[in-house]
Amino acid sequence: MPNLEHPAYPAATLLHLESLVPCRESQVSMLLSIFGERQQFSFPSIFIYGHTSSGKTYVMETLLNTLQLPHVFVNCVEYFTSRLLLEEILIQLQSCSSEAEQTSHVPCDNFNDFVRLFKQAVASQELQDQTLYIVLDRAEQLREMEANVLPAFLRLQELTDRNVTVVLLSEIVWELFRPNTGCFEPFTLYFPDYSIGHLQKILSQNHPPEYSADFYAAYINILLGVFYMVCRDLKELQHLAVLNFSKYCEPVVSGEANERDTRKLWKNIEPHLKKAMQTVYLREISSSQWERLQCEDGEPGQLKGLSAHTHVELPYYSKFLLIAAYLASYNPVRTDKRFFLKHHGKIRKTNFMKKHEKTSNHLLGPKPFPLDRLLAILYSIVDNRVAPTANIFSQITSLVTLQLLTMVGHNDQLDGPRYKCTVSLDFIRAIAR
Amino acid sequence: GCFVFKPSPKKRRVSQKTVNHFGERKDDSEDTELRFVTCQSLWNEIKLETEQIQEDLNKQLFDNLVSFLRRSHSELQEKTTEWTCQMKSREIPTAALVLGVNVTDHDLTFRSLSEVLQNNITPYIALVEAKDCPGVKNLMQKLMGQLMNCYIDVDSLEDEDYVQVSQNRIRCSMSSLINWYESVTKKTDSETPRKKRTSSSRHWQSPPVVVIFKDMESFTTKVLQDFIVISSQHIREFPLVLIFGIATSPMIIHSLLPHSVSSLLCIELFQSLSSKEHLSTIIDKLLLTDRFPFKLGEKVLQVLINIFLYHDFSVQNFIKGFQLCVVEHFYSQPLSILCCQLVDAKKRVNSLSHNQCENIRRLPSFRRYVESQASEKQIALLTTDSYLKEIIQKLLEDLHVYHENYVSVLRCLHVFTSSLPKYPLGKQIRELHCACLENQVWETEEYESSLQLARMLNKSDLVTMLQQCVEIFVSSSGKEFDKTIEKLKEFLTQFQQLDDAFQEQDVSVSSQKELQKKTDLYHLQKTLLELKESRRSKKLTKFEMLRFEVVDYIDGLVRNYLVPADNKTLHEIVYFNTASVLREHLNAAPRTALHTALNNPYWYLKNQALKSDGGSISNKAPDICIAYKLHLECGRLINLVDWLEAFSTVVMAVEGQNADAGSSDQVDDVIHARFIRAVSELELLGFIKPSKQKTDHVARLTWGGC
Repeated sequence: MPNLEHPAYPAATLLHLESLVPCRESQVSMLLSIFGERQQFSFPSIFIYGHTSSGKTYVMETLLNTLQLPHVFVNCVEYFTSRLLLEEILIQLQSCSSEAEQTSHVPCDNFNDFVRLFKQAVASQELQDQTLYIVLDRAEQLREMEANVLPAFLRLQELTDRNVTVVLLSEIVWELFRPNTGCFEPFTLYFPDYSIGHLQKILSQNHPPEYSADFYAAYINILLGVFYMVCRDLKELQHLAVLNFSKYCEPVVSGEANERDTRKLWKNIEPHLKKAMQTVYLREISSSQWERLQCEDGEPGQLKGLSAHTHVELPYYSKFLLIAAYLASYNPVRTDKRFFLKHHGKIRKTNFMKKHEKTSNHLLGPKPFPLDRLLAILYSIVDNRVAPTANIFSQITSLVTLQLLTMVGHNDQLDGPRYKCTVSLDFIRAIAR
Repeated sequence: GCFVFKPSPKKRRVSQKTVNHFGERKDDSEDTELRFVTCQSLWNEIKLETEQIQEDLNKQLFDNLVSFLRRSHSELQEKTTEWTCQMKSREIPTAALVLGVNVTDHDLTFRSLSEVLQNNITPYIALVEAKDCPGVKNLMQKLMGQLMNCYIDVDSLEDEDYVQVSQNRIRCSMSSLINWYESVTKKTDSETPRKKRTSSSRHWQSPPVVVIFKDMESFTTKVLQDFIVISSQHIREFPLVLIFGIATSPMIIHSLLPHSVSSLLCIELFQSLSSKEHLSTIIDKLLLTDRFPFKLGEKVLQVLINIFLYHDFSVQNFIKGFQLCVVEHFYSQPLSILCCQLVDAKKRVNSLSHNQCENIRRLPSFRRYVESQASEKQIALLTTDSYLKEIIQKLLEDLHVYHENYVSVLRCLHVFTSSLPKYPLGKQIRELHCACLENQVWETEEYESSLQLARMLNKSDLVTMLQQCVEIFVSSSGKEFDKTIEKLKEFLTQFQQLDDAFQEQDVSVSSQKELQKKTDLYHLQKTLLELKESRRSKKLTKFEMLRFEVVDYIDGLVRNYLVPADNKTLHEIVYFNTASVLREHLNAAPRTALHTALNNPYWYLKNQALKSDGGSISNKAPDICIAYKLHLECGRLINLVDWLEAFSTVVMAVEGQNADAGSSDQVDDVIHARFIRAVSELELLGFIKPSKQKTDHVARLTWGGC
């Protein structure tokens, strides 16, 4: 029962399209009805949003390719300045023309030029009687370009007076795009997340040729059972499915179980998948290392993940500097005298403890402190005398470049610089040992 | 590769100039040219050695990296038709290279790494630093510049390429990079066979492009994220491999990159050798050897090691410090011409001038030697140059032999001390070396306690240690150790015999036991107890005796050979001992220096008039010093008017005995101007800054209020 119907396109193509975009039929049919027939003007701009890997890019690409609509597809992250972006669109336009003319490089600095060049490019080709689609993927990047780029793209049809539709793809909602000067409102379309059933269906579609579809579907079922809680990213799931499939097949290959022996297979794969969730999925160990482990049938315990190497070896004074920075960051200034001076007066404990100690300083995060305070604490925590040599100061700077300290608000050259300590208590404990 | 070779004639000229510099200091200094040449050749030798060590140490790491790159690349190409490869999302192969916090050493490591990769894997390598890449755009520019340039370098003959490249440079996007890569790889395919031999024998048809991020920590998250996202989309056409240089811990990857980005990477971890181990090797190969005639004194070595351990962990800085020692030694010590290989030194002794002989006579160690001689010999030594030269040759030889023996015995002692609990003499051989250089090691408490501990070692340890010692002595170049080796071997056989005897006795005891079985219980118990007692005391004494003997023998060796170098005659020739110079140069204290300059100008200016005693402020001092001293007495905020008054009082104090009658309350214009100048100089130096809290006040920036 075909869901997609459109008088402008042959039914066979539509059927093929439908098979390519499972679980997105309603969105595709909506798009088709907006697009209309080839020569008809469509809505000037369409905004499509939805979570990561909800099929936005894929659906657009397949739709335009299968129906052979003239289009330009640009990723806004890749073309990070407006100039690059506009030039890329023009280049793709030129290359999508039928006659292979020499693609000369045209500089295009601003939108005005773009509109002019765009008109020329469209006029030179047989595009007048067809709608041209410009798809801007990761459109949230447009907000960081010049202020006129986004509104201009939204009204490109009007500006150029040509049959063109701009499609914006993004992961965030339209409300976050709307410039405060106002602009043309695009048609917004939401791509909802795939449900677990959808995921199952899509993942099972691409089964390996050696095995039956049912067998693979059972595997996907187990996989989803383990990973669905933590990961709904289709790409990631597909990746994980491929990585672990050989392990799943192991009993079948060795003849211990046949393809229908689901329970046995489940017992075999389940602990393995759990391990994968803690290691490969978090990128603690790389997928190639994981595959090698599978081949050698070794335990993942032999390979330490990235997080296992937390220990940082620091020079003697760097350690003390870091500890001093930590103390300066988390202790209030007025306790310095109490902690670091030998002959501090009597401590009036009662007053002092009552008011403040309730909220832990660790919850409040590190506070900035001036350089002099850091040095003063350093002198008091190091046993022997420390000369304020150039090496000490350069060590502070190198701690900053290592991101263990950060410099705060260093705008006045003459002001003593202020720092914050960014490492955790555990780290300091490990160092202080 | 893109290497810059300095033109040699220029170098020669420079070195010529340095020779002149070398002689400039003292007019009575001798043989400056020869000293300079000796210094140069010695340093070159040392440099080669350090580079060799570096290479050897890095070899393992680099081999791993190379095989990783090979693997990552071949996987990309081989099985593109297989189902798994089609379905799997293509990750960017990434090597996380943990190098440790000694950031100064990284440059050298990366340079040799890129050299190795260039020779083995790919000509396309780009090294990027965080400070060059505040945005993705800069990163791409840098990348394209380096990659395309390196292509030009490979065959720079074709001019048309160059034009093409410069045209492309305008558009720095990934697509132009891909185009470039395609054109380059295609060209190498269709190249003439002559060229193919040179280039593709080492590299594949489409070698990977390696991008090395030198300092991962300093990159901003956005740049890295965007770059990874962009390149992951083109990984199929553009085989990219990333190498992250990490100074702290690989956790930084996770804290810099969100999961959505790090899931695009296939990260493998590589760890370099810790710089402490590196230093141990360097010390082992440079200092604890008789290959190089130049030696470091105890204090100097301590300064260098302290800088390393306390401040930077940088082996390069250590080597630079060592170089400074070499240069300083040859520069300041006229007798350093004799600091060369023994054969040359003997030759050079013969051609010593009279002045140099006098220099030798002035050496404290030599004077001590002379005093210990008989009186007629003393006269001969002090008056006859030829006799002196003869003796010097002998003494130099002695010194050489001392060094040969010293190293072996030191290693031997280290074998013992490094396995004792709590390491009373230090775990590392360098600590032991320092202790031995400092004074007579056998007189220290630590030595005493370690001997005591050594007397409690168990047999198997003792035997393995003795075996190690034998190996050390066998491989040493010292000629006096034949007897020592024999003695040690004898000990070993004695231990062996002890073993056998022990077993025999065991057997006899058991037979005895059987005999006793028939008597009554009380007697049996008694005899057994006696047996046990006697057995313990008797056997332990036998082993203990031997153990005492061994330890005493080692003690004898130490007393014989590990005499501190200061006690050796002519040690000044080969030992560099002026630690203060080194400390001044390598561990400078800018704040202290500035304070001294301003507080006590005599220290630097050496003008007798400035010589002041204690805290009084002299009006002869430069204006800035007066202003500085006055400002030290103030709190955080300084009233300018008060300051000016105090200033003018000090300045007028002497010169204006007669003038103060005329204008006591009105400050002289000249003095006012001088004051303003001094204050602005202080501001420039960062001691004060204008304050907005109060009018006519400046804020003090240093050590508020003290």
